[in-house]
Amino acid sequence: MSKKKKKEPISTGSDWTFELIEEYYDAIEKTAAKYELDTYPNQIEIITAEQMLDAYASVGMPIGYNHWSFGKHFISNEQQYRRGRMGLAYEIVINSNPCIAYLMEENTMMMQALVMAHASFGHNSFFKGNYLFRTWTDAEAIIDYLLFAKKYVTDCEQRYGIDEVENLLDSCHALMNYGVDRYKRPYPISMREEKRRQKEREAFLQSQVNELWSTIPKKQRKDLEAARKRFPQEPQENILYFIEKHAPLLEPWQREIIRIVRKIGQYFYPQRQTQVMNEGWACFWHYTLLNDMYDQGLLSDGFMMEFLQSHTNVVYQPDFDSPYFSGINPYALGYAMMQDIKRICENPTDEDKYWFPDFAGSDWLETLNFAMKNFKDESFIAQFLSPNLIREFKLFSILDDDQENTLSVESIHNESGYKHIRHLLSNQYNLSMNEPNIQVFNVDVRGDRSMTLRHTPHNRIPLADTQSEVLKHLHQLWGFAVKLEGIDDDDQPFIIDQMPPNEKDKRKTA
Amino acid sequence: MTQLIDRRPNAKNKSTVNRQRFLRRYKKQIKRAIADQIGKRSVTDLEKGEKVSIPSKDIKEPTFRHGDGGVKERIYPGNKEFVPGDKIKRPPPGGAGQGGRRASDQGEGEDDFMFEISKDEYLDLLFDDLELPNLKKNQLKKMTKTRSVRAGFTTDGVPANLSIVRSLRSAMARRIALGSEPRRQKKELEEKLAQLEQLEPRPQQEIMDLKKEIEALEERLKKIPFIDTFDLRFNNYAQRPDPTSQAVMFCLMDVSGSMDQATKDMAKRFYILLYLFLTRSYKDVEVVFIRHHTQAKEVDEQEFFYSQETGGTIVSSALKLMDKIIKERYPLDQWNIYAAQASDGDNWNDDSPLCGKLLRQNILPAIRYYAYVEITQREHQSLWHQYERLLSEFDNFAIQQIKEQSDIYPVFREFFRKQAA
Repeated sequence: MSKKKKKEPISTGSDWTFELIEEYYDAIEKTAAKYELDTYPNQIEIITAEQMLDAYASVGMPIGYNHWSFGKHFISNEQQYRRGRMGLAYEIVINSNPCIAYLMEENTMMMQALVMAHASFGHNSFFKGNYLFRTWTDAEAIIDYLLFAKKYVTDCEQRYGIDEVENLLDSCHALMNYGVDRYKRPYPISMREEKRRQKEREAFLQSQVNELWSTIPKKQRKDLEAARKRFPQEPQENILYFIEKHAPLLEPWQREIIRIVRKIGQYFYPQRQTQVMNEGWACFWHYTLLNDMYDQGLLSDGFMMEFLQSHTNVVYQPDFDSPYFSGINPYALGYAMMQDIKRICENPTDEDKYWFPDFAGSDWLETLNFAMKNFKDESFIAQFLSPNLIREFKLFSILDDDQENTLSVESIHNESGYKHIRHLLSNQYNLSMNEPNIQVFNVDVRGDRSMTLRHTPHNRIPLADTQSEVLKHLHQLWGFAVKLEGIDDDDQPFIIDQMPPNEKDKRKTA
Repeated sequence: MTQLIDRRPNAKNKSTVNRQRFLRRYKKQIKRAIADQIGKRSVTDLEKGEKVSIPSKDIKEPTFRHGDGGVKERIYPGNKEFVPGDKIKRPPPGGAGQGGRRASDQGEGEDDFMFEISKDEYLDLLFDDLELPNLKKNQLKKMTKTRSVRAGFTTDGVPANLSIVRSLRSAMARRIALGSEPRRQKKELEEKLAQLEQLEPRPQQEIMDLKKEIEALEERLKKIPFIDTFDLRFNNYAQRPDPTSQAVMFCLMDVSGSMDQATKDMAKRFYILLYLFLTRSYKDVEVVFIRHHTQAKEVDEQEFFYSQETGGTIVSSALKLMDKIIKERYPLDQWNIYAAQASDGDNWNDDSPLCGKLLRQNILPAIRYYAYVEITQREHQSLWHQYERLLSEFDNFAIQQIKEQSDIYPVFREFFRKQAA
């Protein structure tokens, strides 16, 4: 291979030291520069297994407000880990500037190098490059914001009692997935901004709410009535936002806490939408970088053997009938797609040229960068999943219609199935299809102040029976009756559930 | 471009608060689980933590989700023999098989949520809402020992108590305070001097005067002493009454032929609970084992629980021995005395009134608490009725009956339920 092959490897043992980590980091950085990976500055922290468990429980947030559900996750992770049922992730990386990556002290030197290449260069460049992260999250300010949130929640606990705050957070968490703006671009958040604006907001919000619910008759009331025929005028998908702005009985601090939960949900939203891409990108780069370093003679043969073993474990896709199968492994799919794009660029077949005329044979680095920057899982798959990969994974689709007695195989990896499979797989990563479509439909502003949500079913898929529990939470936030409507086969709305439930009985008898 | 930080020395228990929140929220369920388990625990591992399982449906966090039904089409990897149009039998709902992903996504498993709590958490929950009766009232009487505690600083004292840091700090403060005026004047004069020296021709006389004045000020500054008796500070100690933190627990048990091993085991569990409970309030807890049939004897733990004797039963022998031991070894002003007596209720009929008298006159006035448990499924015997009469006279006396193992913990709680203040 290269003439530098004679070089001594950086290390041969499996133990790591701080000096070695730095040496490896510098080598990886030099190699990454060849591929023009654009990253935030890195901050690498060495932690113990216990600290990793801590980090797990707070979904990787370095600072989080206190809540029992985090304790629950911590306890169950700890139990599983102790019983040996679960290995810990080798790494956690935080989308912040500087980008913080945690290395576990138990890792071998090879593992530390792998994690640095994976997290500090792979994930890091993804955070910096991908459009969702660029528009939705503000890496500069997130740590500050979390700090602000934690302090605010703690202050509220002291002022209003732990139980009060806990109940509110419970209710917010139940609706966290309905606290995201799916299409609007949020304003960047920063601590100074937040603090400055928070006070203003409190006063302003309250006056807004008062305005809406004001019952004092006004002269132009007639016009108003007409204008307010429906409130909200358009159905609202961001239920938490709607409550924060319009719930009549909430105190200002309660609105602020709803906002905090919403903001944090928003922060994680891009991560949920780019799992395949993000992991695939990171795996692709740790593989590429470490192989390049091996070619430079920086890594020993033993290192490479160990590396390839863990790499193959990570990107392994068990078949659907394997006992280890638990869905499609995002690492496997993402990594395979990235490598496949590179292959299509470098050695396109006639099939590739037919399917991907716009980039077959182009510069692979440029194409990969383009893909990383401008797509999310859903669109990435729709755009880049090749027939070659569908064959490699032997993907097939199963149709489950509850009106049929049997399941049926619809498409397999053949000429007539490629498009359908690609379309379905893309949909499988469409978050708005994985969650029931529920929106705030109407508020009876002049009447009993009840709020009506509407569930628009997709493919007749009903709601799970958790809905009444969630409605309880919603009722607690809204302060007045909450109704959940569905649409029946004739497009007529009907009431699925409501809270408080006794009202339903009343209505039946009436 | 990179920063490498070693976080290992940081506190590792960042989740402690959240964990506590979780335990706090599910206290009721956890306590129920503990109460269920106390009967099943083996006698020796009461010092350990406990595995707790609570129904996972209680701790679910609800969200809106898709339910079963409707039309769903999903992609799976690893096709082997399927071709389009193949029909497959629907797997039973909730089963594994091809629904692996579904099962994990929607997590309908009704498994219990299992986790471990530490020994301290276990004891906290076990003895939650329980307290030692009459502790406050008695403590006031008992504060005979005192303890030195730090109580700030004073301006005089013995040299051994000299606080060097404080003394030097006030010396420095004094030097600054006393020196500030001359220093200010000196500075002014020096500025003036500098001005005069700029002038042409130099006013020699004035300069000389100024220099003299400056010298005088310097002299004054030098004379401020480095340390003065006025600066000295001494550590101050105060005597604070210290409630005795030692307790002795008397275990009295009938080992006559009628007590079988199962009954003794129940008694042992009860004693262990009491012991653990006392260790939470007192630093040192001594245990005295007294077993009796017709005669009483002080024995070690092994013999107490596991040796078998036969013969009749005279309870008063044990009470007499206890009284004697208290008088010999446990002066009332230094010891908090607790006693627990376990018996199957048998006693030689004529002895019961004597027991009542001993308790009333000698024992109950001297000790903190006396608990009597009768471990029997039969009717109450004469001893019970005798003891019943004492109940109204003494509030540090209680009797309860244990019929089977599962009664132990409830009975124990009954004894030490927090009384409304």
